[in-house]
Amino acid sequence: MTTGLDPLRLTAREARRLLVDGEVTAAELLTAYLDQIEAVEDAVHAYLQVTADNARRYATEIDSEMGAARGALAGLPTAIKDNMVTEGVVTTCASKILHNYQPIYTATAVKQLFGDHVVMLGKANMDEFAMGSSCENSGFGPTRNPWDLSTVPGGSSGGSAAAVAAGEALWALGSDTGGSIRQPAALCGVVGMKPTYGAVSRYGLVAFASSLDQIGPITRDVWDCALLLGHIVGRDPCDSTSIELPCAVELPTAERLDGLRFGIPGEYLAAGVEPGVRARFDETVVRIEELGGVCEEISLPHTEYALPAYYIIAPAEASANLARFDGVRYGYRAAPVDDLIDMYERTRGEGFGAEVKRRIMIGTYALSSGYYDAFYGQAQRVRTLVRRDFAEAFEAVDLVVSPTSPTVAFKLGSRTADPLAMYMSDVCTIPVNLAGLPAISIPCGLADGLPVGFQLIGPAFSENAILSAAHALEQAIGFDQVASFREAGR
Amino acid sequence: MISDDDVRHVARLARLHLGPDETARMTAELAKILEHVAKISELGDDMSGVEPTAHVIDVTNVTRADKERPSWPREEALRNAPAVGDECFRVPRMGA
Repeated sequence: MTTGLDPLRLTAREARRLLVDGEVTAAELLTAYLDQIEAVEDAVHAYLQVTADNARRYATEIDSEMGAARGALAGLPTAIKDNMVTEGVVTTCASKILHNYQPIYTATAVKQLFGDHVVMLGKANMDEFAMGSSCENSGFGPTRNPWDLSTVPGGSSGGSAAAVAAGEALWALGSDTGGSIRQPAALCGVVGMKPTYGAVSRYGLVAFASSLDQIGPITRDVWDCALLLGHIVGRDPCDSTSIELPCAVELPTAERLDGLRFGIPGEYLAAGVEPGVRARFDETVVRIEELGGVCEEISLPHTEYALPAYYIIAPAEASANLARFDGVRYGYRAAPVDDLIDMYERTRGEGFGAEVKRRIMIGTYALSSGYYDAFYGQAQRVRTLVRRDFAEAFEAVDLVVSPTSPTVAFKLGSRTADPLAMYMSDVCTIPVNLAGLPAISIPCGLADGLPVGFQLIGPAFSENAILSAAHALEQAIGFDQVASFREAGR
Repeated sequence: MISDDDVRHVARLARLHLGPDETARMTAELAKILEHVAKISELGDDMSGVEPTAHVIDVTNVTRADKERPSWPREEALRNAPAVGDECFRVPRMGA
């Protein structure tokens, strides 16, 4: 390409500078990404839909008409996970039941970015209704990990993470209910952050588990993550659970960790963490100490109950939220049918994939008469214990750190036959959602040639502290995707 | 232990059609998952004084001004409907 732009290397920070200084136009920047999509999308399948024509039209508009009225993110090519509704652009949640759904409004977080004049590249692939940890539950075919096409990108925001890793997007929005931003970011070697519950409006995010869902950024580095986060946070009258962060998101500059205390929960390292992942984690802990941070072992004693509690709460909420997909107002409708009930049952039976049906069944069972208190009530009490564990930990330390995922990217098909094995992918991320806390995953090296993610968790509303520490650590780690990527022959 | 009949009952509650093979597979998978999540019952008696958490962030009584706002135009709201009649969502008759 003539502009010399490298989508595998470019950050939003640099792209924005190039645009502001007039070194590239929004149209040229967009072309670099559309060319990369053209080159690799057949293999990666990060997108359910690339909205190239709209993007070209909009980029040209930004270049020609806006001048000084340009938004702060004008022209930056962005991927949006397909569970955020976009007016007039088909939004499927990777489900056949919504295969033709054309939203009549745009999700608040996306609308905020549109207001800053980002250019939407398309709608990113995902596990159907965000239920899964590998993107293999997409109703429209899996996304593959750009690091090794025989492995999964993680999930459920696998398309968003793979798009950023493959240079098919400058950055992306994902959503995280039990790890769905952080785990794919870890497996794809990029940065992903789940903000404090409520920090980002969920209006227009197709609901999965409402007490857990959060939208957040997936980016190439921590600085970009802070930039994107700063433009999606805020209270929204359309989402009564949304809140204003106590202070604005700051762009991180820290290079040291002096005086900061980091807790390492023994429970997160107990079982199932691969030796390669453990080795990179341990090295990163040493780096923290080299930067002046203090690391100590802590205990989050109810960790072993978090995953079981999550797999009651999330499916229970999902079974209620997904009741709306009934073939009446939008999406797929089965035909021919005997009567109304038959229409509901067949529409849902034919429209939902296997994992979504499993979750609806678990949730309906857990909420059904006679089981409610033993399952749902008890799980909500476990949630209180998990919150208390973190609250006690944060009396002693500033941040809690762990591997993001116990393993690197696994082979396609290797966990699809065993739902529980797939659920274990999120064992280090799920407790964070139960407690509503903010957390980030940053790449901390490779194991078996595949990226390893390092997770930093903070108290509610500690986004700036997390971003600052992650920035310092990122500088010290010096993870170079392009070098590793090219070395691996990608 | 969950049975095929339980699965059929829950599927009915969830308005979810499952084929015969699907029911058998669902029973086996749900049995494993329920066995796993039942781990929380271990905490049994310790939990009597523990309040359940329904919402993690401390916000209560979120209200807005009781003011009229325009709603979606009818044709917009009906745009995605699989079947429309007399400006309404059209559905099959109830009861065979």
